[in-house]
Amino acid sequence: MTKEEIIRPENKVYSRPALLTDVHTHYCPGCSHGVVHKLIAEILGETGLGDKAIGIAPVGCAVFAYNYIDIDWIEAAHGRAPALATAASRLNPEALVFTYQGDGDLSAIGTAETIHACNRGENIAIIFINNAIYGMTGGQMAPTTLLGMKTATTPYGRRVDLNGYPLAITDLLAQLDGTCYVTRQAVHTPAAARKTKAAIKKAFENAAAKRGTSVVEIVSTCNSGWKMTPAQSNDWMAEHMFARYPLGDLKNVEPQQTTDK
Amino acid sequence: MEEVKLMKGNEAIAHAAIRYGADGYFGYPITPQSEVLETLAELMPWETTGMTVLQAESEVAAINMVYGGAATGKAVMTSSSSPGVSLKQEGISYLAASELPALIVNVMRGGPGLGTIQPSQSDYFQATKGGGHGDYHLIVLAPATVQEMADFVGLGFDLAFKYRTPAMILADGIVGQMMEKVVLPPQRARRTEEEVRQQCPWAACGRRGRDHRNVVTSLELDSAKMEENNLRFQRTYAEITANEVRYQEYFTEDAEYLIVAFGSVARICLKAIEDARAAGVKIGMLRPITLWPFPTTEIARLAKQVKGVLTVELNAGQMIEDVRLAVEGAVPVHHFGRMGGIVPNPNEVLAALEEKFSIKF
Repeated sequence: MTKEEIIRPENKVYSRPALLTDVHTHYCPGCSHGVVHKLIAEILGETGLGDKAIGIAPVGCAVFAYNYIDIDWIEAAHGRAPALATAASRLNPEALVFTYQGDGDLSAIGTAETIHACNRGENIAIIFINNAIYGMTGGQMAPTTLLGMKTATTPYGRRVDLNGYPLAITDLLAQLDGTCYVTRQAVHTPAAARKTKAAIKKAFENAAAKRGTSVVEIVSTCNSGWKMTPAQSNDWMAEHMFARYPLGDLKNVEPQQTTDK
Repeated sequence: MEEVKLMKGNEAIAHAAIRYGADGYFGYPITPQSEVLETLAELMPWETTGMTVLQAESEVAAINMVYGGAATGKAVMTSSSSPGVSLKQEGISYLAASELPALIVNVMRGGPGLGTIQPSQSDYFQATKGGGHGDYHLIVLAPATVQEMADFVGLGFDLAFKYRTPAMILADGIVGQMMEKVVLPPQRARRTEEEVRQQCPWAACGRRGRDHRNVVTSLELDSAKMEENNLRFQRTYAEITANEVRYQEYFTEDAEYLIVAFGSVARICLKAIEDARAAGVKIGMLRPITLWPFPTTEIARLAKQVKGVLTVELNAGQMIEDVRLAVEGAVPVHHFGRMGGIVPNPNEVLAALEEKFSIKF
């Protein structure tokens, strides 16, 4: 039996999403980015939204997202993705605009842009990877770093007196009138990944339907930065991260009607 | 028949932007340029031309909105004044690096720091030498009249799109705030989506059947490729320098001394020149309209016929460095300037000429 005879359409149970480019990613083995990229590529392909999508890439590990998902991309300065998305969305009302940001990008240097884009109810989706660390620059403390967590800039373990508290920025975004859908998910198990896929799909559909801002936080691992194996990272995340960043929907409503006339 | 209106320079910018068919304006209030955003809000162009107008949460956000809009091929702009333009430098560097057309207006006030809300020209270095990080230039236009405030919106956009590089209108607070007669350009329609895609095949505006993805980025980790990018930028700057130098000469045919001044200061100097000529001293003036590219060749030519050159600026002596590079020591080059928001009168310019060149009026 040849390969072609075995892999007939009716036997095919899995293939690389058409919008996921056929290249090696620069992500570390076990990193959540790869899974989330695949989910986004699947959704954009399955819904047909990829053809009108504009992705805004961050500064951080996902800076090269534009190499992996085969849609139009704009690479933002650190933290500014929601500002770019605001203009891209308002000036291209037919497009689906989404940002892909890490915790340093979204909840430290880009806090103002994040809050105000959400508060204006920009018709965009924000995909927020929270791995509690700056991965790309070598594992420094992020606003979301847990207390006691050792990083390159908190080798003693994060302390309240020196570094303040972990920032659950998604909780804050859920309070804003401009957000219509705010959820916190993970991709550490197949079941969790399926839920995340449904959440991202909903966020994209909200943006395309001009329902306001959707935020999908994905509590993630950074096994390199955390200095653990991928399996250890998943266990550690479930044990420690979910306590501070519990999974589930924080908000799921139609936004208040705006008075634009 | 053309319609003559009376308005502030800042208001002229807003009107001209709508009439050019600009797609978007993103700004943040700061004196002395807030009338740009206020006028746009009052005119509500989103109901007529479809132009987007948005008050951003900061100058940083505003310039990054410009970046996002420009990356989709749209004609977008922002305006601010000196402290706000400092905040925009990050975004301006990214615009230059990603080869994006955009228009930035700086209605200068006195610095450094929070400084003063009174007029200044002390951002000359920032505007013409880069301002943000990396090797780049902006096309810098210096209006001296409300009419030029209106005219340079279209010129700035046209040059920005022609060369795929951001352009700046570097106005001083006087030109922004003073009212003058102005003839506004005719209303143009905004480009259609199809026209945008045709004019900007590089734009990341959604593939819509395009056989490849467009990526707008300033990042390149391969040093050899990044050097090639820089060489391409420099070739663009060389082309702009060769083709786009703009200036105006006044009484230079028989001039024995030359004043170089830009913006509203050039008009003060023109009055001084008339007074000097009435007293029998032949002064001429060159007013750079493009501060970058700078009229180096033209100043070098005039330096051969005059005994000395005086730059008059609302700063401690910034443009004088470019004038000295042009003159190359052929004749003495001096500077006269006021700072802190003080604007000299023509008599002070005459006094400076007397003092620097030992002339008697």
